[in-house]
Amino acid sequence: MNTTAPPFDVERVRSDFPQLKRTVYDDRPLVFLDSAATSLKPQQVIDRITRFYSHDYGTVRRGVYLLSQEATVMYEGTRDLAAGFLNAPSRDEVIFVRGVTEAMNLIAIGWGRKFLQPGDEILLTQMEHHSNIVPWQLAAAATGATVKAVPITDRGEIDLEAFDAMLTEKVKLVSVVHVSNGLGTINPVKTIAAKAHSVGALCVVDGAQAAPHLPIDVQDIGCDFYACSGHKMLGPTGAGLLWGRAELLDAMDPYQGGGEMIDRVSFDGSTWDDAPHKFEAGTPAFVQVIALGTAIEYLQALDLRAVAARDAVLVDYATEAMQQVPGLSVMGTAPEKSGLVAFTIDGVHPYDVGTLLDRDGICIRVGQHCVQPIMDRFGVPATARASFGVYTTEAEIDALVASLQLAVDMLA
Amino acid sequence: MSDIKARQDAIVDELSAISDWRERYRRIIRIGRDMPEMPEADRDDDHLVKGCQSRVWLHADLEGDRVRFRGFSDTSIVNGLVAMLIRVFDDSTPADILAADGSFLDRIGIHENLSQNRANGLAAMIKQIKAYGIGYQHLLSMQGR
Repeated sequence: MNTTAPPFDVERVRSDFPQLKRTVYDDRPLVFLDSAATSLKPQQVIDRITRFYSHDYGTVRRGVYLLSQEATVMYEGTRDLAAGFLNAPSRDEVIFVRGVTEAMNLIAIGWGRKFLQPGDEILLTQMEHHSNIVPWQLAAAATGATVKAVPITDRGEIDLEAFDAMLTEKVKLVSVVHVSNGLGTINPVKTIAAKAHSVGALCVVDGAQAAPHLPIDVQDIGCDFYACSGHKMLGPTGAGLLWGRAELLDAMDPYQGGGEMIDRVSFDGSTWDDAPHKFEAGTPAFVQVIALGTAIEYLQALDLRAVAARDAVLVDYATEAMQQVPGLSVMGTAPEKSGLVAFTIDGVHPYDVGTLLDRDGICIRVGQHCVQPIMDRFGVPATARASFGVYTTEAEIDALVASLQLAVDMLA
Repeated sequence: MSDIKARQDAIVDELSAISDWRERYRRIIRIGRDMPEMPEADRDDDHLVKGCQSRVWLHADLEGDRVRFRGFSDTSIVNGLVAMLIRVFDDSTPADILAADGSFLDRIGIHENLSQNRANGLAAMIKQIKAYGIGYQHLLSMQGR
């Protein structure tokens, strides 16, 4: 980690987020500790949407009139910003999707259904989000391939020895999460991508939790696909990014058919446009994509290295502060973690904790976090999770701990 | 006025008299703890009422012309609310169960839409209680009672 990261002024950042001013229940300040589920939005992103809808609105890629041309420039401008954000070799390798869920389905259908053969294996891990499990199961069922999961250690890391043992020539695709939403673990995706390639397998990376917190360089990681969800990285809902290698995108089948992704349509047959537009059927969520560009610019202005350093400080601070809560166990104790602390409390159900914290104005997530295999692995029905954003403060973590102590007092 | 309405009003009065929200939750949790705990063996899938975050089990048996209910939740707050529902509906005739208003929980002052909230098992439990009412009413009328 670069120890001379640029400075990070959290109070100035907070002033950009209007929702932080609101109160809940009896005038309690909002303490939003669920950014891993979805992040709050800076005024700049909100203003971009409002201005576009009220002043710039026109369809993209279709019209000859000024509004449409300008909207298209803005829309394609986000593609350039995204390529820079991910350090992609080419802007044409960036596809706009709804989010990581759609990205995984796109690869599973466009690549998986075309190329997987009976007996082929898809290698995932026990810590994957359902969006990085179910699409592969569907593709496997359709093609006769099998899905296997690399086990995770008690600390919540991928068992790399088991990974090496499971990585045979039968494996055609490895898909792994960069930062776990259930544990906070930062996975060694560069190592994993190299290992996947050594047996001729592709490597897909789920960057949903990573993109808001860490600098991403897909060329350095060396993976073949990288997916992000815009709403988790200060952008609006409905817009996300999928980067994929040009030669793979060219070889893949389209994901959805319709307007925009075609070259020529007739009832004798239709042909497709090139990537990325081959994968962008129909009128896109262009307002949301344009606003996602604003979110990317906002994050880059903060400098992702500063964001990552700040995030590490918060994780350490929260982990230590939560030791004060009797009976609390942190789930996920890897040395490299990002963005969240998941935990259980002896004799206390997470649902009760979440309900009482809510009355104190504190928003955390309780439940299975769409990672049921992690719950099964650690033998718990559910966990509680506090997750951080660029606007999170140590004072908010202190408020969380104080409220947790009161809750445990009532429930244990 | 049926027994059920009187019991509902008593609970609403008891909770509303507590002005501090934390004390109100404390009382709800204690009401749950005072309820006899349902044996593990009875917490089977057949009696599981579908909730989302918390699990709720419900048993109903006919004693004479009245329905006897037992309930349990694996989360403390919902268990307290379950105990209140049991207190209200236990040992009632099917006709009284069907005529009763299921949304009295909305008036105990912790959340307006408690009885419709699908995250806990309460909405489903209230529906299940009513379903038992219909079933046992039908059974009783077939037996000419």
